[in-house]
Amino acid sequence: MIRGVKASLLAAVSLAFAGCTANGGEVETASSKPAAEKPVKFNKDPYPSTYKGYPTRLTVVRNVTIFDGEGGRIDNGSIVLSSGKVDRVGGPDMELPTDADVVDGTGKYLTPGIIDIHSHLGDYPSPSVEAHSDGNEATSPTTPEVWSEHSVWPQDPGFSRALANGGVTSLQILPGSANLMGGRSITLKNVPSRTVQGMKFPGAPYGLKMACGENPKRVYGSKGRMPSTRMGNFAVNRATWQKAAAYKKKMDDGKVVDRDLAMETLAGVLSGEILVHNHCYRADEMALVIDMSKEFGYKVSTFHHAVESYKIADMLAKEGICSAMWADWWGFKMEAYDSVPENIPLVYKAGACTIVHSDDANQIQRLNQEAAKALASGRRMGMQISDEQAWTWLSYNPAKALGIGDRTGSLKPGKMADVVLWNGNPFSAYTRPEKVWIDGAMMFDAMNPKLRPVSDFELGQPGEGDVK
Amino acid sequence: MMRALLLSAAALIAAPAHAQDVAIVNAKLVIGDGSAPIDGGTVVVRGGKVVAAGAGVTVPAGIDRVDAGGRWVTPGIVAAFSRVGLTEVDAVNGTNDRSAGKSRFSAGLDIAPALNPMGSPIAVNRANGVTRAIVAPGGSGGLFAGQGAVVDLADDNDMVTKPRALQFVAFGEDGSATAGGSRAALFLLFREQLLAARNYARNPATLAEWGSDALIQRADADALVRVIDGTTPLFVRVDRATDILNVLKLRQDFPAIKLVLVGVTEGWLVANDIAAARVPVLVSPLTDLPGNFEQLGATQSNAGRLAAAGVPVSVGVFDDDDAHKMGYATQYAGNLVGLAKLPGASGMSWDQAFASISSAPARAVGMDATIGSLRAGRVGDVVIWDNDPLELGSRPVSVWIDGKAQSLVTRQDRLRERYLTPQEGNLPKAYDR
Repeated sequence: MIRGVKASLLAAVSLAFAGCTANGGEVETASSKPAAEKPVKFNKDPYPSTYKGYPTRLTVVRNVTIFDGEGGRIDNGSIVLSSGKVDRVGGPDMELPTDADVVDGTGKYLTPGIIDIHSHLGDYPSPSVEAHSDGNEATSPTTPEVWSEHSVWPQDPGFSRALANGGVTSLQILPGSANLMGGRSITLKNVPSRTVQGMKFPGAPYGLKMACGENPKRVYGSKGRMPSTRMGNFAVNRATWQKAAAYKKKMDDGKVVDRDLAMETLAGVLSGEILVHNHCYRADEMALVIDMSKEFGYKVSTFHHAVESYKIADMLAKEGICSAMWADWWGFKMEAYDSVPENIPLVYKAGACTIVHSDDANQIQRLNQEAAKALASGRRMGMQISDEQAWTWLSYNPAKALGIGDRTGSLKPGKMADVVLWNGNPFSAYTRPEKVWIDGAMMFDAMNPKLRPVSDFELGQPGEGDVK
Repeated sequence: MMRALLLSAAALIAAPAHAQDVAIVNAKLVIGDGSAPIDGGTVVVRGGKVVAAGAGVTVPAGIDRVDAGGRWVTPGIVAAFSRVGLTEVDAVNGTNDRSAGKSRFSAGLDIAPALNPMGSPIAVNRANGVTRAIVAPGGSGGLFAGQGAVVDLADDNDMVTKPRALQFVAFGEDGSATAGGSRAALFLLFREQLLAARNYARNPATLAEWGSDALIQRADADALVRVIDGTTPLFVRVDRATDILNVLKLRQDFPAIKLVLVGVTEGWLVANDIAAARVPVLVSPLTDLPGNFEQLGATQSNAGRLAAAGVPVSVGVFDDDDAHKMGYATQYAGNLVGLAKLPGASGMSWDQAFASISSAPARAVGMDATIGSLRAGRVGDVVIWDNDPLELGSRPVSVWIDGKAQSLVTRQDRLRERYLTPQEGNLPKAYDR
């Protein structure tokens, strides 16, 4: 399966591009062939995922309340996890294998693993010492050539907290927001690994982190260079997209001979292979970004930190753009001043794609609680939203926005068995993950201290292996 | 449904906010002192103070009765360590009075005139059930950050309950950096400044004699004298286990100092020492990452382990957002209840967890005879909740502060109302209010 995905990716690569492919030890160089005949060709996946999933056991969880991640709920339900996949989900009458490990879920809840679409684990890891500050290449307002995976420190203890306390099974690691175009993001499976390649979600598309508003203009304005205003932000963006469009045309015409890593990323956005994740707080700026995306022919997947989405929820629904939001962060900066605790339910009510995100090594450990607060705010307004509908904000919607919704994010047969068993209703403050499976392998068990990952950094330190 | 809520909110605004005598009956009553909730409880507030609370309390004749309908009724939340009132928008410097890094003063700074009861964070925190807060300054140009206050979050022009209620100082990495670059410099500077203040107290002329060599100025010395004699509690930010032990030893030289430890991330490693010293702690209980080398032992079980060792534990919301989101106190306390049922983890009972955000911080700052619970004689800060106050998304339906009914409408509510339907109508949104 994993191999298959990789093979098809490579096939797609060679269709679009040609040239310096480092694959299976074989290296072609453009200089060995006349440039006029063969345009530059390169490998689009030079740091391939080596993640393969850990050993699984045939597992049944029964007598459990299930939120399927797509808005469905099964009371007194059962699930069968087989060979890393969701095999079957159903009610009490569903036929179950007799040779499986059986977990009794009485009084407990089962959900798809939470997917955090906005994290800096690994590129702003703990301890947050200067030597670890690897999230912003703040030396130029546009750095689409940098890749966040080259900053991710797999030993960040934050990954294990997100797993054990948060039930997070996949997450997107983004560059920071100092730059208008901060670089490529990467989607990871939340499994410990020696290498970032061992965490990479197989076949997940790349993202491009962009940022509106205060941060880029402050960072570069304070250096006495462009942009120092919001209009400067747009001018730099537009000039860069213009360049990227020209590069893409050359590429499409088979005329690219000098590889440009920055333009390559932007061309990937223009061709729809790389998804745009745009940090943008204010409604008026989102509306301008939507027009800019049309001007240059790309699509915004998701506005992140979208605290004013409620003001333009109708536009976002019409454009099919997701909003990734906090429940109640506000007031820390001017562009977060008009935040309202009903933002998430108002976006949902308008029929726009709704996502709860963290951007934080602490809140990633309780995204279910953030969703619960937003849900309560919606209900207080009189909105009818069920618990199981609200769970779409935590798994299926972020999966779709990351381009992995066909593989994870909901409990449908054939999808990855990324599953959390909660010891109560996950929208209660009194509830914690009890067991977490990733691709069907049990990676955390609150009942078993041996299934509690300890990063290299924590070995031999006070509290090694503690409950955390 | 939505319209009805709005109407009742509007009615609350219109009601004049004067102290009233009120009896809240038929309550699931939480006193806030660690005792269990009382079904069918009553609380009576007269002249702004609680006169009685419990089961079988008689309602005096002629007093306003509010039927809580069996809902939870508690004392208002006391934010254990905050900057509420000191900032409107953190990143907008003009609105942010947390810190005074360029000031020539330190311990003498007094936040009282910086507090803004009209700021929008007051109303938002109040709408989340927070009625009082311990507010500390963030920092100064020197070692001591200055004097904090205990405040109320009422809808009026004066929020100071007690000025100069605490002195704040950061030990560990932050304090070391301020003091010259090492913990050795920090502990020496601390000791020398206090000795200078003590000498000044004995002979005020000494400061003038020292002239420009003086380690502190008169205003700072005045404030430190009150720390040395125990009048003003000294809140010390400290996280590393060995730093905690060394801070506890400061009382060998200055035995009257009233220490309160803030942060205490590695406190569980030295819980028995803290308990033996009878020093209260304020923790941000969900800190579980080694954010720096002072917090290597961080765990969410810290609060529960400290409490089990006999340390008075208050739960605060800091290292996160310490001005806008004081309402997280209930969520954090609720998480401690959840931890108590997790194998191997330590948490708190519900009753203990609620006390950690009401009477415990009041006691830490030496004001438990005045605020933090519904025991007779305390201020009439009462909240009726729509649900279990430690559960996610529970919100107050009514709040009294000093016996006065409070508005629960925020600027956020007004924005939400304007954009319930985002499309513009016959006139732009600017006309919609």
